[in-house]
Amino acid sequence: MLVWIIKRDLLLAVRRRSDVLITLFFFVIVVSLFPLSVGPEMNLLRTMAPGVVWVAALLASMLSLNRMFSNDYQDGTLEQMMISPQSLSLLVLGKTFAHWLVSGLPLVLMAPVLGIQYDLPSDALSVLVISLLIGTPVLSLIGAIGAALTLGLRGGGVLVSLLVLPLYIPILIFGSGAVEANMAGIDFAAHLSLIGAFLLVSLVFAPWVTAWSLRVSLE
Amino acid sequence: MSINWYKYSSPSSFYSLAGKMIPVFAVLAAILLVSGLYVGFFVAPTDFQQGEAYRIIFIHVPAAWMSMFLYVVMAIWAGIGLAFNTRLSSMMATAIAPTGAMFTFLALWTGSLWGKPMWGTWWVWDARLTSELILLFLYIGFMSLQAAIDDPRRADKAGAIIALVGVVNIPIIYFSVQWWNTLHQGASVSVNQAPAMASTMLTGMLIMVFAAWMYAIAVILKRVRVIILEREGHTAWVAELQKEGIA
Amino acid sequence: MLQGINIACVRGDRELFKNIHFSLEPGSLLQVRGANGSGKTSLLRMLCGLSIPAAGEIHWNGVSIRTANEEYFANVTYIGHLGGVKDDLTVIENLQISSALSGFEISINEAHQALGKIGLSGREYLPVKVLSQGQRRRVALARLLVCKTKLWILDEPFVALDVAAVQLMREILELHLQHEGMVVMTTHQEIDIQSSSITQLQLA
Repeated sequence: MLVWIIKRDLLLAVRRRSDVLITLFFFVIVVSLFPLSVGPEMNLLRTMAPGVVWVAALLASMLSLNRMFSNDYQDGTLEQMMISPQSLSLLVLGKTFAHWLVSGLPLVLMAPVLGIQYDLPSDALSVLVISLLIGTPVLSLIGAIGAALTLGLRGGGVLVSLLVLPLYIPILIFGSGAVEANMAGIDFAAHLSLIGAFLLVSLVFAPWVTAWSLRVSLE
Repeated sequence: MSINWYKYSSPSSFYSLAGKMIPVFAVLAAILLVSGLYVGFFVAPTDFQQGEAYRIIFIHVPAAWMSMFLYVVMAIWAGIGLAFNTRLSSMMATAIAPTGAMFTFLALWTGSLWGKPMWGTWWVWDARLTSELILLFLYIGFMSLQAAIDDPRRADKAGAIIALVGVVNIPIIYFSVQWWNTLHQGASVSVNQAPAMASTMLTGMLIMVFAAWMYAIAVILKRVRVIILEREGHTAWVAELQKEGIA
Repeated sequence: MLQGINIACVRGDRELFKNIHFSLEPGSLLQVRGANGSGKTSLLRMLCGLSIPAAGEIHWNGVSIRTANEEYFANVTYIGHLGGVKDDLTVIENLQISSALSGFEISINEAHQALGKIGLSGREYLPVKVLSQGQRRRVALARLLVCKTKLWILDEPFVALDVAAVQLMREILELHLQHEGMVVMTTHQEIDIQSSSITQLQLA
């Protein structure tokens, strides 16, 4: 079942490639704006890089959140999922995973290129990629709750960022913290394992809360 | 003596009960506020390190405490409303949010006023101030979500979910900010770490905390009454009430 | 057996209906009638467990559908007025995926057969967005042919269908009733379905 829902959402993403690309280009543009606003001084940029990339990743994953359930809501397929004999949490987990593959993973893959723009040393680049790799799924999982709660509301897109961004703060702190720690020559494993812990906790609870929110929103 | 508590869980009887309770709490709040401010500003001695500027803690500390307590209380009411489908508890949660946000804002404002003479800037990314700021975002999120939903039942439930998610996340956020803060700044003097307090200072602060509680209860009850009227507008007892009001 | 006991529905401040009782035996059809806004769709959504009745209970084989959740949903196919058809997927993808999500994985062949029966042969690989309203409706209804469920809940199944499709739909429903299936549906049209037991439920 999980396979079907993931397959379906990926198929839809392939049919709507532009949606995926928009998220990615947004990420690239936001990161590229910073040198233009603070000046091209490499030392400054290098210290800013982890924070800038992480904030941009947060905003980019925010962009696509709104689409997570709203299309399915409008054409009635979400109703069908809710009355499927499968558990809704499981379907939500599948959708979240597909959402991450489509909107989170491209950011992870693009991050090293952007890190080079900021002259990050190569081991800092790999820490950045690892932190994004375990951090962005958490963004999708928590974001799904916000997307489910704001389903079908006026101005849902802005509202979802208001709800979800404060909850992203721990991920932001430890994600960019890991890269900074690596650059300062401190041990960064603790940061990464904390993000890993967030990932596990949100894997267990977020789909369940999202399913619950969907029921509230569709009632 | 046994009181029929269930009687007060119906909006109509709670409406009249709240009406009787509001003046009591309002008067208590006023008395406590005046005496607390008097103790704080005239009786408590000048702090030898911070001079007169420390006196802002008489407002800042109660506001900061209230902001956090009220979020938890709000989440509890919202959770009860979600679990037992009791309308009144959800209304309580909705009524608490603006007061909580007000206290959060007050804590931030007084914190920044205190920061100017202490640190020389209006804003410092101190762990506690930053957490207060995030708390304000959480309150705003809760209120905007409820405001965006037209159907009150859905608004109650959706608000409850986000409040519960928030209350679970607050310790995590607080801990992360703490970690972030020590990593970047080292220990800084915090607003709430008032050095060894004189007993009159403590008395003044406690009185102010009680004043804040009384004020919050009075205002929240008032707001619940308004929400009850809004939501129960179609029922017979509200129509009755309106007739009496006009007559 | 599907039973509705004393169901009431409240939308906003308004009570749409109350004291609704019905019971549906295998092989019978329940037609829900009523003016626009009388709560027909709301009642169907309650039967699907999508919303909770303001009062009353819905029982499936004697157990409330809220506790019999998964066992109940394995027996239900719901086709609402939204249809649940994805514009960006092809006709055959739609059918395969939607039936898989409701617990019936079907092969390409079965899908082709069903689509042929419902009059969509030759269009299997077109994206649904290029189809007409009536054809989209057929894509949604094709699910009835492949999902072997007992209870069909249909919201205005004849809407947007042409004469031939209405006739086809009628035959499909008759066959389902003959095989001890159950149908709950809303419709404004008079239906002349040949079946021994058709009950009508009038919402005020």
